[in-house]
Amino acid sequence: MSDLDDLYQTLILDHNRAPRNFRQIGSPSGHAEGRNPLCGDTFDVWVSVADGVVTDVAFLGQGCAISKASASMMTTIIKGKPVEEVQHLFERFRRMVTGRAPADEGDKSAARKSLGCLSAFAGVAAFPIRVKCATLAWHALMKAVDEGAERAKGSVTKHAL
Amino acid sequence: MRVGEPAAGTAVWDGGRVRAEFPMLARALRGNPLVYLDSAATALKPQLMVDAVSEYYRHVSANVARGVHTPSQEATERFEDVRAAAARFLGATPGETVFTGGTTASLNLVAQTIGRQRLGKGGGEILVSELEHHSNLVPWQLVAQATNATIRAIPIDSSGDLDLDWLARNRSGQTRVVAVCHVSNVLGTVNPVRRIADLAHEVGAVCVVDGAQGAPHLPVDVVALGCDFYTVSVHKLFGPTGLGLLYGRRALLEAMPPWQGGGGMIGSVSIERSTYAPPPARFEAGTPPIGEVYGLGAVLEYLGAWDWEALGRFEAGLVERARSELAAMSGVTVFGAPQERVGVVTFAVDGVHPHDVGTALDAGGVCVRAGHHCAQPLMAKLGVPATVRASFGPYSIEEDVAALVAGVRRAQKVFGQ
Repeated sequence: MSDLDDLYQTLILDHNRAPRNFRQIGSPSGHAEGRNPLCGDTFDVWVSVADGVVTDVAFLGQGCAISKASASMMTTIIKGKPVEEVQHLFERFRRMVTGRAPADEGDKSAARKSLGCLSAFAGVAAFPIRVKCATLAWHALMKAVDEGAERAKGSVTKHAL
Repeated sequence: MRVGEPAAGTAVWDGGRVRAEFPMLARALRGNPLVYLDSAATALKPQLMVDAVSEYYRHVSANVARGVHTPSQEATERFEDVRAAAARFLGATPGETVFTGGTTASLNLVAQTIGRQRLGKGGGEILVSELEHHSNLVPWQLVAQATNATIRAIPIDSSGDLDLDWLARNRSGQTRVVAVCHVSNVLGTVNPVRRIADLAHEVGAVCVVDGAQGAPHLPVDVVALGCDFYTVSVHKLFGPTGLGLLYGRRALLEAMPPWQGGGGMIGSVSIERSTYAPPPARFEAGTPPIGEVYGLGAVLEYLGAWDWEALGRFEAGLVERARSELAAMSGVTVFGAPQERVGVVTFAVDGVHPHDVGTALDAGGVCVRAGHHCAQPLMAKLGVPATVRASFGPYSIEEDVAALVAGVRRAQKVFGQ
């Protein structure tokens, strides 16, 4: 049963019970929906980016404890971070939950330290079917960021015309 | 006599002997003995089925209905023998028994052939039910879009039984198709197919029955059921994946156009046009799943030796035990209380998402299905995004129920419920 306790750490259960930034952003720079058609989990993610830095991020939706806690912890950890750093963070997070070696650091425990509270999700690697739950909101976040960048480009073009 | 009903018979199902024939049950899962409660997703396979498939690939390995050489003749003979056995299993004739890729393929075939024929150019109506699996829903949506037809669903009552009064009131001369499941894959409801077929026929509609969850638990007799089409999912019937059976009433099959074109389904072919083979070959374009048919042949011989009444009583006892023990737990909701239920118990745990229940059970070696069960309209009706489903088979035992209940308790403990 230790696999189970590893997976559902106190921090994850806490974020599942009381998700942070569980709200909508009025005028975000980007928005995207993350949906897992296999299980029906759905999350909306809103993000505000200014000068390449995430100034606000929030989410709403429904899903299992892993997907909801992952979305919640994602919002707490990326606020105030440059988009580029967020992308690197997601890559490291993805490597951890899929049980792959860190790309840049050889040492798994050092890599986990650099993930901060996200290392609570290390137990997901023992349940490969749950990887999609842990990464669902992150994928939506990346889409929202891209959508925001596209929209910004579009408005620049419009101004130029 | 329906399997699942309390019967006068007294024979006891020998689960222990059956278990020894399913090698998967010898496997451990995360350090626990495997507890398999997901037979409604796919049944476990007996060794003799695996051997039969292997035998085809090792010693026969020939195409059917194409070669003059001996292995091809052997394969063709066996292929048609299995068709005859499958027809007996359904209470049909070999000419009415089509091999398909599965229940999804069977239902798409029916929708795209007789469905299109009957719905014509518009104004027609298809009646499905709120219990349907997506595979008995989406194929009808595709044909409805192509023919400008409408789709309505027979509602369920609070027990999970179909409201047949609604069907009696709402069927009309515009109703071309009534498509329902024999057994609900979520609630286990056994639908009164005979009555539904009669109601359909009285207004000239065809009655299509998705039998994926019926055939593994109930004896099937398509004549007694009175339906026009009936589908069997072979992998849910202890056979290989990738194979389905479609029963179609002879007169209807003969009037239906082909669905897919290719080798094996033709009379003669020129560059511009072709004539088609009679059924069932008309609906079996291309090389069929021959190895899988060998596997089905072994399964049908094996099932023929079962005491289905004793099995039905035993399964019904297990399902009821699981239902009552889960229902007695605080914070657990069991869905549906149909008049007749076979095979499955579906439930939810307060404060614990079904996937998390599923993972907690998996950690203890228990396999269940957690999710929407490819029945999103029914989930919406029940007012939940997903549920947990435990489903039973001939190899299920009382210890499986105990492991299920212990696993649900464990999930509640982890989540502080």
